[in-house]
Amino acid sequence: MNKRTFVCALLALALAGGPALAQEAPGTIYDAHVNLHDIASVQRGGRIFFNYCAGCHSLNYMRYERIAHDLGLSEKQVMTDFDFNGVKFGDHAISSMPAADAEKWFGKAPPDLSLEVRARGENWVFSYLKSFYLDPTRPVGWNNTVFPNASMPNPLWSLQGVQTAVFAPAKAGHDPQVEKLELSRPGLESPEQFDRTARDVTAFLTYVAEPNTYERDRLGLWVILYLVGFSLLAVFLKRDYWKDIH
Amino acid sequence: MAHTSEGSLQSPSADSTEVDHGRRRFLTLTTAVVGGAGVVAAAVPFIKSWEPSARALAAGAPVTIDISKIELGQMVRFAWRSLPIFVVNRTKEQLADLPSLDPRLRDPESKETSQQPSYCQNTWRSIKPEWLVMIGICTHLGCVPDYYGQIQPEPFDRHWKGGFFCPCHKSRYDVAGRVFQGVPAPLNMVIPPYHYIDDTHVRIGVNPKGAA
Amino acid sequence: MAAAPDAWKPSNKILAWVEDRLPILGFMRSHTAEYYAPKNFNFMYFFGSLALLVLVNQIVTGIFLAMNFNPSAGHAFSSIQYIMRDVDWGWLIRYMHTTGASLFFVVVYLHMFRALMYGSHKQPRELLWVIGMLIYLALMAEAFMGYVLPWGQMSFWGAKVIISLFGAVPVIGNKLVEWIMGDFLPAGATLNRFFALHVIALPLVLLLLVVLHLGALHTSGSNNPDGIEIKQHKGPDGKPLDGIPFHPYYTVKDLVGVGFFLLVAAFIIFYQPTFFGLFLEHDNYIPANPLVTPAAIHPVWYFTPFYAMLRSIPSKGLGVLTLFSAIAVLFFLPWIDRSKVKSMRYRGTSYKVALAVLALTFIWLGKIGIGESTWIGDTYIARALTGVYFAFFLFLWAYTYFGWEKTKPVPDRVTMHE
Repeated sequence: MNKRTFVCALLALALAGGPALAQEAPGTIYDAHVNLHDIASVQRGGRIFFNYCAGCHSLNYMRYERIAHDLGLSEKQVMTDFDFNGVKFGDHAISSMPAADAEKWFGKAPPDLSLEVRARGENWVFSYLKSFYLDPTRPVGWNNTVFPNASMPNPLWSLQGVQTAVFAPAKAGHDPQVEKLELSRPGLESPEQFDRTARDVTAFLTYVAEPNTYERDRLGLWVILYLVGFSLLAVFLKRDYWKDIH
Repeated sequence: MAHTSEGSLQSPSADSTEVDHGRRRFLTLTTAVVGGAGVVAAAVPFIKSWEPSARALAAGAPVTIDISKIELGQMVRFAWRSLPIFVVNRTKEQLADLPSLDPRLRDPESKETSQQPSYCQNTWRSIKPEWLVMIGICTHLGCVPDYYGQIQPEPFDRHWKGGFFCPCHKSRYDVAGRVFQGVPAPLNMVIPPYHYIDDTHVRIGVNPKGAA
Repeated sequence: MAAAPDAWKPSNKILAWVEDRLPILGFMRSHTAEYYAPKNFNFMYFFGSLALLVLVNQIVTGIFLAMNFNPSAGHAFSSIQYIMRDVDWGWLIRYMHTTGASLFFVVVYLHMFRALMYGSHKQPRELLWVIGMLIYLALMAEAFMGYVLPWGQMSFWGAKVIISLFGAVPVIGNKLVEWIMGDFLPAGATLNRFFALHVIALPLVLLLLVVLHLGALHTSGSNNPDGIEIKQHKGPDGKPLDGIPFHPYYTVKDLVGVGFFLLVAAFIIFYQPTFFGLFLEHDNYIPANPLVTPAAIHPVWYFTPFYAMLRSIPSKGLGVLTLFSAIAVLFFLPWIDRSKVKSMRYRGTSYKVALAVLALTFIWLGKIGIGESTWIGDTYIARALTGVYFAFFLFLWAYTYFGWEKTKPVPDRVTMHE
């Protein structure tokens, strides 16, 4: 069980200081390089999603059974490894967190993520996951350079470690701007490993936004091959008939 | 042809313009067949879209029912795939009368294999003799029959041994869901796949282990 | 539209029996094998038959979508996801419909541009053009209402903005907007009535107009890239010398067009169904929320040229007037353009330049209309381009009315360029 994550995240507020790692300009949208055909990556992403994200976020339109089918997992793998109880295989992946409580805790109910990648793009999701930093001025204690003032704590802080913001000197009449993010306390994963983790979660959400992708890719090839053949045939037929015309 | 009125036949390259009818017929036929096959293939997704959707399948997933509260001689209805599931806790008397009805029934030995799983093809049409688990839908036109459990003369049958009577078109079934002769319904009512999880819980929609 | 003049009869006895009582085969024959089309059609002549193909696709896929779509504000959005995920092949049917909608406009815009290139809107085909414009108008209404149905953010705000245009009508404007919505904001009532119009009323209108369009086409006969009337040179058999039977010559030729068109469509449907967010927009994957306007709202790409005009005018009434005039002026094109020469092949250079400028203006306006840039310069560019758009028609009228155009001699017979 890892659903305690956000509580831990709140505790992480206490943490500060430690080694610093230079980062790129804040708010940068990185290229996620998601590869949906790397099934292992999508599967890993699914596991991380259900362990770290699904406590708050639902996939309202996604059935467990469909995930198992598309990602080549067994019912047991999805229903036990992905860690839930009391739900049916054919059910939608709906978070157990009551919306009213969520609003109380975060100020706003966590959005459904079924279509997040379709709405925001995979690069945005990937970059968002990487861009949390501690911000004691925010109610949840965290902020994000890609989505400023998001009411969401970093769910993956234990893996990524804790980032803090370095501010540029504030101009008169303006709020100080984040200059860069520093890894003030390393997590369980190195930055390279965490990139992979963020990419895996993004891959999973990309799949979830469009679960017909695999079927589409497979079928598309045959349809296009057929149409090439048909078009060639049509060209021959047309040329033959048009020999009559001068 | 288009322009037979003018010129084309006297054109200098008459040989090359000579129509090869065999080739033209072959090309026309091939294109028609290939195109027709494409249209048929394109129709498949549309036809398939009428299949029960993932939502219907999820709603039709196996259900577990608790039979511990059903009293002797009583029938309780459950739902599976939106179908009425009749569960009857049959009395010794009801069961004892079953063989005596055989001459009056259409299919006393339940030979029609589509109407029950093979593990229910027996006198009482069930896994445990006293417990009837059945889809309560008349095989005539799909009405839901009523349960008349008492062994007593009924207006529709003076020798009634308990069973089901369909109010729509007066089809009668015995307490194992076997249809009587001389009524509109052609077949015994359907027994769904089911198995016992324990003595008081039945899972409907899944065969027992080892049974097909 | 009587049967062929030679009283053609099918040789099959049963068909002949039917034909005696209902000359349906003769009717079909007179519009295919007996319909003589100029033999010099080029690439630009594929788009009429392709438009018909897309119309059939929209109707068939639309019928199947309607089987699973739920036209209520509470369930429309999720029923789309139900179609995309739970219904067998629902995703394919929906993508065929969404891709078809955009390709419909691609095909129709090229079809219309073809008319401008070769003068297909000119005498004696003015009515054909006007009916075509009515089709375009009905198609815009059809597409707009269809776009509202998924009830995402863009659906909702698109509906809100477009319906608000009617608020510019003097006196009754606000009442009219309320009446169209059936509420004070786009709501369940709006969605439900748009659904009815989208799946029943407008398709019926479109089909009727298409029949009239074809009827008018077959009455005056097809124009061609040389802009010559082939009926002026008939052979002894009464058939135009430069005409060939539509069937089989153009049926096999159009089949080639269909093949290549379907290839393009298949690439989009299977590999880029949102077409980089142009055919299916990102914000429309967020359910409608009357309290939050998306960062950039704009209609789908095929409306954006007109939308850019609207946005660039600093007055609501004038903007709406500009938008509607931009469409209305097209209706009068056959009378604005007074040139006796139809095809641009034989028209003055200025016409060709003006036509190219018009096309570029339209595309550029479309690009600005869809743009998410908030650069103020875009407003001025769009205003200038709007001016250019209307200047085209003014120029065209003056150019042809005052006889400034230097046309080339038009050949007697069609020319083949192959």
